[in-house]
Amino acid sequence: MEIFDHFRHFVAAVASWLTTAANWKGSSGVPELLWHQSELSVAVVVGAVVVGGGIGLVLGHSGRGGLVAVNAANAARAVPTLALLTLFAIIPSISLRAGGFLAAFLALVILAIPPILTNTYVGMREVDADVREAAKAMGLTGGQVLGTVELPLALPFILAGIRTAAVEVVATSTLAAYVSFSDLGTPVIAGLNTNNTVEAFAGALLVALLAAVVALGLGVLQRSLTPAPLRRPGRVGPLITATRTVSFQKT
Amino acid sequence: MVAPVAAAQPFFQWSYVSGQWGQISSDLLQHISLSLLALGIGLAISVPLALLAWRFRLLRVPVVGVASTLYIIPSLALFAILGPITGYVASYPTAEIALVGYTLLILIWNTLAGLDAVPSDTREAATAMGYSPTARLLRVDLPLALPFVFGGVRIAAATVIGLVTVTALIGLGGLGQQITYGFSIVDFYTPIIVGLVLSVALAAVCDLLLVGLQRLLVPWTRSARRTRVA
Repeated sequence: MEIFDHFRHFVAAVASWLTTAANWKGSSGVPELLWHQSELSVAVVVGAVVVGGGIGLVLGHSGRGGLVAVNAANAARAVPTLALLTLFAIIPSISLRAGGFLAAFLALVILAIPPILTNTYVGMREVDADVREAAKAMGLTGGQVLGTVELPLALPFILAGIRTAAVEVVATSTLAAYVSFSDLGTPVIAGLNTNNTVEAFAGALLVALLAAVVALGLGVLQRSLTPAPLRRPGRVGPLITATRTVSFQKT
Repeated sequence: MVAPVAAAQPFFQWSYVSGQWGQISSDLLQHISLSLLALGIGLAISVPLALLAWRFRLLRVPVVGVASTLYIIPSLALFAILGPITGYVASYPTAEIALVGYTLLILIWNTLAGLDAVPSDTREAATAMGYSPTARLLRVDLPLALPFVFGGVRIAAATVIGLVTVTALIGLGGLGQQITYGFSIVDFYTPIIVGLVLSVALAAVCDLLLVGLQRLLVPWTRSARRTRVA
């Protein structure tokens, strides 16, 4: 019974943290922290789409160097984001830019590029060679084949990669709070550091909620952007798709 | 030997590595044990669950749903959520639940994809030879799905090895402790670089070992691939 009382007390304390007006106002209020995190995450995903998607499209279109790129992207998965964050955060020329934004941005872009690059490349390679040939035979230029044939057919893969990356970025951007970038990770880190379990828990709930909303929201977006004939049955696609194909990129 | 940098401190100090080797190697060992434990538990949970979800289609949605939820929740948030129950400081259960939770979706999804990819001719032949559905699943479908399972293990291993560093924020972390230590001292890059490089090296060695193990356990994938290319 004592444990149960303790539990009830804890839940009440978390609820009261979440409903305290002071935690929703000012520069360390939840809306401001959420805004910081959204800004950072959107910037990172856009950056990763430009770099990773661009490389993936070019390699997928030409069909060259893809194996190297996919393996390199896979190896990049092993790079601990915490190490990159701390490293960038203590290099003076990076850390001081925009309140730690640049350091967090760079570390997270490196995290977000691999899934987007891999999925884009794999999606481009999955395009039926006959379809590509037919498009060429109809007189389409290389650019037109890429834009009107390959890209639409590869789109489900690319969108899945962007979704995976976005979910990872939103989740990992909470770590940026460790290097003093203020976002929803801030109450979690502060709570863990000061043994304020209520604050940590309340922050964690918000972070988990945000990640879930992003995962589901992008799933719906992914589905509505996928050309109708390519849609698979079922409502929202799985979070990870490319692992199947990547698993065959053996060395 | 040491690359000079504009900062007062050199970018990398070999003397730190030699002087602190005892601490570094014990961090490395903790990193390996945290990762292996997470992968082992992850596999022990994922493969049976995936088999069940494949055998009984109704289970597929809840199994993948729960695994996806665990995959989505940020590890840092999971530490804070689990902390009141399993302990905040240097708690192996807290760290392992978060790490294992992250491997589940990767492993389950790959196993399911592998089972889905078994040619229907093979499956029909097995049925015609008198295999019961469960026997067929274990003795025909699962072995043929192994390349996919290995693909999942390789990705899960790389992900977990990278993620272990985050557990430094609750006092474990393996090589992550080098990272937080370096960050706690002004202008001291060396420990962070040690943590980064050793963590990536560990992932690379682990991947090579897994590829070797795959060749040993699933030798037919190599010849299968050659035939497809030819």
